[in-house]
Parts: sequence; C-alpha cells; structure tokens
Amino acid sequence: MDYMLFICTDPTAPEYVPAEDNIVEWAAEMDARGITRHGDRLRPVEDATTVTVRAGEVVVADGPFAETKEWIAGYDIIACVDLDEAIEVASKHPMAKFGKIEIRPVWPLGL
Amino acid sequence: MTVGVAEVQAAIEAASALEAARITATLIRITGDWSLAEDCVQDAFARALVDWPERGIPGNSAAWLTTVAKNRAIDCLRSAASEQKAVRELSILAGLEGLADDEAGDPADGDDRLRLIYTCCHPALPLEARVALTLRTVAGLTTSEIARAFLVSEPTMSKRLVRARAKIRDAGIPYRVPPPELISERTAGILAVLYLMFNEGYSAGGGDSLARAPLAREAIRLNRLLIALLDGSPQQPEAMGLLALMLFHHGRRHARTDAAGDLVTLEDQDRERWDREATAEAVALLAAADRIGIARGSRPGSYRIQAAIAGCHMTARDFGSTDFARLALLYDRLAQLAPSPVVELNRAVAVAMSQGPDAGLDLIERLERTRSLEGYYLLPAAKADLLRRLGRMPEAGHEYRRARELAPSEAERRYLSKRLAETRREEPGVL
Repeated sequence: MDYMLFICTDPTAPEYVPAEDNIVEWAAEMDARGITRHGDRLRPVEDATTVTVRAGEVVVADGPFAETKEWIAGYDIIACVDLDEAIEVASKHPMAKFGKIEIRPVWPLGL
Repeated sequence: MTVGVAEVQAAIEAASALEAARITATLIRITGDWSLAEDCVQDAFARALVDWPERGIPGNSAAWLTTVAKNRAIDCLRSAASEQKAVRELSILAGLEGLADDEAGDPADGDDRLRLIYTCCHPALPLEARVALTLRTVAGLTTSEIARAFLVSEPTMSKRLVRARAKIRDAGIPYRVPPPELISERTAGILAVLYLMFNEGYSAGGGDSLARAPLAREAIRLNRLLIALLDGSPQQPEAMGLLALMLFHHGRRHARTDAAGDLVTLEDQDRERWDREATAEAVALLAAADRIGIARGSRPGSYRIQAAIAGCHMTARDFGSTDFARLALLYDRLAQLAPSPVVELNRAVAVAMSQGPDAGLDLIERLERTRSLEGYYLLPAAKADLLRRLGRMPEAGHEYRRARELAPSEAERRYLSKRLAETRREEPGVL
C-alpha cells in the first residue's frame, strides 16, 4: 500500500541537532528495502505560490495555501505492507524527532 | 421438544459472553470485513433465539453459532460479488468454507481474539474510537448501550464506529498480534484503553450513573479475558496488575459516597463497606503477577505499582495504620517510571503522612513553583489539608476556597465547602 509522508516543521519540537540528522542513512535504508518510491526536500514557504481560479479568473498569490506555524518541508511516497511499517519508516526519519510527520494513505484515482 | 424461553435466554447469554467475540474475531481475520463479521454473528444469535426454543439447545452451542455465522458470511459474499470473482474473494470464500465449526480447542482461536483486541486498540485510531470499538466488537455491547454510557446520541456513536472501521481498512491497520519489537508498547496501549473505560464508569462528571456502570464491569471482564489470552507471555503480569488496580478501586464502590450522595474521602470511608472479596482477589493477583514477572523477566510497570499503592490502602485496618512509609516508597518508584506532576502530588501527600505535614508541604510548595498543576483542584485541596493539620486555619481556608473554585463538579464542591466550614469553626476569634 502506498503512503505519502508529509515531512513537517514543528516549532514545539526539540532543537535541531545537525549531528543527529541521519537523512542520508534513512534514505539509503529505505531505498535498500525497496520502500521509497519518490521523495525530496521542499523549499520553505517563503518560496511558495498559491493559485486559485475564482469567477473565471486565475488568482496568484505569494505564500502557502494556509497560514500555519507548521509547514511542509518535504515529502516521500513510500510503499509499505501496512500502516505499522509506514509508522516504523516515519519514526526513523530525522524529522520525526525535530518536526512532525503525517502519514496519509494514497487513494488511487486509477487514472 | 420445546425449551423454555428463560432457559434459551440463559444459554444465549452464556454463549454470547464466550463466543461472540471469538467468532467475530475469526470472521474478521478471514473476510477482512468488520461490519460483515458483526452482522453475521448478530444474525446467528438472532437465529438461535428463534431456533433453540423449537429444537432445543444444541449440545455444542459454539459450533452451532459458528456454522450459522459462517454460512451467512458465505451467502453474503456469494451474492454480493460480481460473476467474475477476484482471486481475493475466492480465497476468502475458501477460508470460510474451510473454517471448522468446532475451533474451541484451537490455539489459533485465542490468537484471533488477541488480534482483535490489539487492532481495536491500535494507536492510529482516536482514543474514543478505540474504547468504543473494543466495547462493540470484543465486549459485544450494542451501539445504543455504548452511546448511553458515553452520553452521546446513538447516531454519533454509530458514526464513530463506522469511521474507525473505515480507517482500519483505508489506512491499512494490520489485523494481527504485534511483533516482538512493538508488543510491549501496544499492550500498554490496550491497558490504557481498559483503564480509561474503567474510570469512565466511575466518572462523577454528570449524567446517569446507572448507564455508566456497564463500563467498569466490561473493563474488568475484558481485562480478565486479556489476562487469559496473554497466558505465557511476559506482558501478562502488567495486565494482572491493572486488574488488581481496578478491583481495588471497585472494592470501595459502596463506601465512596454517603447517603446524601456526597463524596467520602479514602480517609473517612467506612472500611466495613469495602468489598473484601474484591480486595482478596486483587491481593492474590498482585502476588501472582510478581511471581510470574520474576519468572518471565517482566519488571513492574506503572499499573503494578499503582496497584501496590492501592493495595497498601485496601489492606490497612484503618487509615491511621496504613503503611505510609511504604506508600511514599511506592510513589517514588512510580515517579521514576512514569513521572508526572500528579504522581509528585500524591507522593507529597504520602510523605506528609509518614514524615509529617511539614515535609509534605515542602514538596507541595516545590510543585507549585513548577506551575505544572495550575487549574488542578487537588493541589490546593492537598495543601489546604496539610495546613489544617498544622493548625494554620486561615491559610487552610484560603486554599480550600481556591480548590473549590477549580473543582470540576458539585460533589467535590460540596466536600470542599464542608472542609472550609470546618476551618472557619476552628479559626480563633471567628464566631
């Protein structure tokens, strides 16, 4: 089953310790296990642009779709046998310690 | 041969208590469909109600019920699926057809109910959904009964259950007993659900107390089931610890309120009204848990220590002869294991009893400075009590007033008002 990991910041999380950032090891392990389909870091919300179409008009605005203290810093699409495996994968990601990770099941549209 | 309705009712209730969860758990494993499993089991019991008075109660009621439930599931699946059955549907049907009717002695059975309980209590489900799902699927309460116990409407509770089953399916929550690296934390999760259920049954927070009574009873029953299912496992002692804790609490149920419905503190309770049988069972359970814990290398966790604390009180002839020194030690251990401001507060009270109010007051004032219990009425209440013991009435009165402002319900407010009045009576110069 495919899951999307939203890698999020969390201002209430413990202070970031560069020495404990094992993202390279994490990526290597998940790759070796055949778990990661695709994933990467995202530029911060200062570089975000939001697009809507209202009353036929394309509206472009600077900034994220929602003003929140926490924002999405990266993503990973993983293939896991069940939610427990997804939880294990997410828990090993460095941002589980320094941020928050949301696990959302992919719901194939079948397109 | 016809059988009396009362006799049939009794047989069905007995079967229900033992079999419903077992059959449901197995059908869920095979079909992966919680609603279908529940419906088929409910159906089987409904059929029994009609069939047994006519044809007599079957020799093996478990096998009878399993057959009927299983066949109903097969019928539903056959009629529901399209002409071309997917491999998955076919294997489910095969699984159902291959299911022996009499699996009573099959070790896989125990696993099915254990799988069910672990899944109902999975951390990815909202806590109230875990409680509701466990009550519905394992304890077999109706949605209506659960709704009443939690003071919500039946549609609300129904939605909660539907959501939970949907999440299990859509988020991929596995139906299994967790692997060794997860078993300890997941078992702790089950115990937390059961303890929450038990405490809800005793909650003074408004509502019909009669509707809540099933919660405490079911929590105890489910705990007993869990202990049986965990036979041989290193997780068993902690589950026994929780049952002991619940039985100790339960043992005070007749002494907890007075004739006016007001709260009576542990200190003032009439110990003649304590349930000696429940206490004796709890004491024996704790001792057994310790023995088994040593044999299986499971050190006492939070529930076993809390049970030991409760046991300290329950085995004392009167409040004065309670072993407060031991109590303070136990709170020490609990604080190390599961540190929390509330544990610190209880520790302060125990220290006050064993070393004198000044020692306890010292700890309470330290706790106050951390500001971690702001808004928690038991902090000023405990402080007031110690000040009262020290004869510092005006200060005690001030703290009782503060506590009363924060008290969560009428029963507690009445108790605190009583204490407040007592301090005023003893205040020098006040008429």
